[in-house]
Amino acid sequence: MQLQNNKLIDLQHITKSFDGNMVLDDLCLYIRENEFLTLLGPSGCGKTTTLRIIGGFETPDKGQVLFEGRDISDLPPNKREVNTVFQKYALFPHMTIAENIAFGLKIRKKSASYIKDKIKYALKLVNLDGFENRMPDSLSGGQQQRIAIARAIVNEPKILLLDEPLGALDLKLRQDMQYELIRLKNELGITFIYVTHDQEEALTMSDTIVVMNQGYIQQIGTPESIYNEPENAFVADFIGDSNIIEGIMIKDELVEILGAKFVCVDKGFGENNPVDVVIRPEDIDLLKPEEGTIDGIVTDTIFKGVHYEMCVMARGFEFVVHSTDYFPVDTRVGIRVDPFDIQIMHKPESEDEKAVEIDE
Amino acid sequence: MKTALGRIYLTLVLIFLYAPIATLMILSFNSSKSRAHWGGFTLDWYLGLFSNEEIMDAFRTTIFLAFLSALIATVLGTAACTGMQFMKRRDRSIIMGITNIPMLNADIVTGVSLMLLFLAARVSMGFTTVLFSHITFNIPYVILSVMPRYRELNRSTYEAALDLGAEPLYAFFTVVLPDLMGAILSGFLMSFTMSLDDFIITHFTQGPGFDTLSTKIYSEVKKGINPEIYALSTIMFLVVLLLLFFVNYKPWVKKPAGKIIVTTKTQVVVTSGKGGS
Repeated sequence: MQLQNNKLIDLQHITKSFDGNMVLDDLCLYIRENEFLTLLGPSGCGKTTTLRIIGGFETPDKGQVLFEGRDISDLPPNKREVNTVFQKYALFPHMTIAENIAFGLKIRKKSASYIKDKIKYALKLVNLDGFENRMPDSLSGGQQQRIAIARAIVNEPKILLLDEPLGALDLKLRQDMQYELIRLKNELGITFIYVTHDQEEALTMSDTIVVMNQGYIQQIGTPESIYNEPENAFVADFIGDSNIIEGIMIKDELVEILGAKFVCVDKGFGENNPVDVVIRPEDIDLLKPEEGTIDGIVTDTIFKGVHYEMCVMARGFEFVVHSTDYFPVDTRVGIRVDPFDIQIMHKPESEDEKAVEIDE
Repeated sequence: MKTALGRIYLTLVLIFLYAPIATLMILSFNSSKSRAHWGGFTLDWYLGLFSNEEIMDAFRTTIFLAFLSALIATVLGTAACTGMQFMKRRDRSIIMGITNIPMLNADIVTGVSLMLLFLAARVSMGFTTVLFSHITFNIPYVILSVMPRYRELNRSTYEAALDLGAEPLYAFFTVVLPDLMGAILSGFLMSFTMSLDDFIITHFTQGPGFDTLSTKIYSEVKKGINPEIYALSTIMFLVVLLLLFFVNYKPWVKKPAGKIIVTTKTQVVVTSGKGGS
């Protein structure tokens, strides 16, 4: 566990429902100073509600929001030391870019020269020097989003909340903006809380990813641990493509899948216990028949650019395989997986866990 | 063939709609008092109109009444829309339904029931009662105009203002209101027009010695038709036409006055329940 004084935001047992629909159920989460934390999950998983509770736009039904140890649950948004970048930019359409950026500073009664300097600095930071007198309408989506970020950061918030800020942009722009955001965060040295449903975005930018589904946190971890060691079937399925197969843990480091024994590196699952096994498509090696652990038949092949995506039917299970080698449909192949590419997960036990299994 | 038929049909419709008004306009320039023959062009009726103290009095009352009732209705209507934004969907549609009723209700029913209400409350009829009545029927037009704009408003601009440290009221006046200004202006002009236009409700709620132009025309007509009335009606028609033009084409939308730029294409549909008056 982290030291108490390292926690910038501490959400304690947050429960929130709208019209009887439970959106967040007893959520506990803390965010450390200077962290890039991403709330990741499908729509309706409660990630935006969590962000809005931190921003002060929603009040939790139960639980507390602590900011540097102080309870701020009942503090309105205008009194919080956080600023938000909204999904639809939310620039004020009747104000110039300069007036937009100056909005928060004027409320704080900053001097005119201070405001002028800040506007200049912020526009430089988001690479939009000289845009002071433009109107928001005349800017592209990407530019508007940069202005929205500039408008938030001039107030020097302790935390910047970003609600799917790249959702409305096209792919190329989105990728560029991801690098921009990482650069901004490093230059500013403030904490970012980022909400997205895009797993690639989350993996690229975050220090910590919080995977959520149906109001529960599924897993918290670094991008690597989330991707390589998903804790349950939902996380495995949501983060990247994966083959999720039921198996039986024979003993430590040996698992039986589809009637064949595979060597793995996981321990501590007991003996002869049912488990879920995750194998990433790129981790499956296709060999000649009889050379692999089990044999299968290629049923489908699609060229994806960098690799081929193939479906291989083996003992009644259809594996998805990514490989740079081409195998035509109806080829008989052997399937092999390296021990460290096999990820073992507990089967869901409680009702709560069952409720959050895959639903897409 | 098809287009020719279409044109004839359209012409007939236009004649049917506008011939009476055209007749009225022509007669207002007719120097003969007879409605049957043309005695030559004159502006005497218009001049007589402006020197007729009673009519000028009714004119001033009408303008003042229209302005004041539209202003109050605009403030109340905008406030109502703001409140409705924070309601649950179901509650909001109920309230919307209720506010639409006075608009669809027959004027005569609204007029009589207002009169009965004032009588029951022992309020003496006069300017105040007419003002109240006009505010009552104007509010729905303001709501009708402002509500759609509120709907398409980016809700997060208000939240963004709060987020940047604004108090809720400050956020409303600096961020939300400028965005609504076009729709509010439309609502105001529409109310103004409806108030100018109204006869029936005014007729039932006015007191002795109080007259708007439309009630004045009505009582003049009863005495015997005077061509000055034609002139007055012509002026009223043109004023209402002009106002409706402004309401529907919103010239202030395209050309930014000062720094207020409102970009919306929302058309206010004039569902005129008051066409007959």
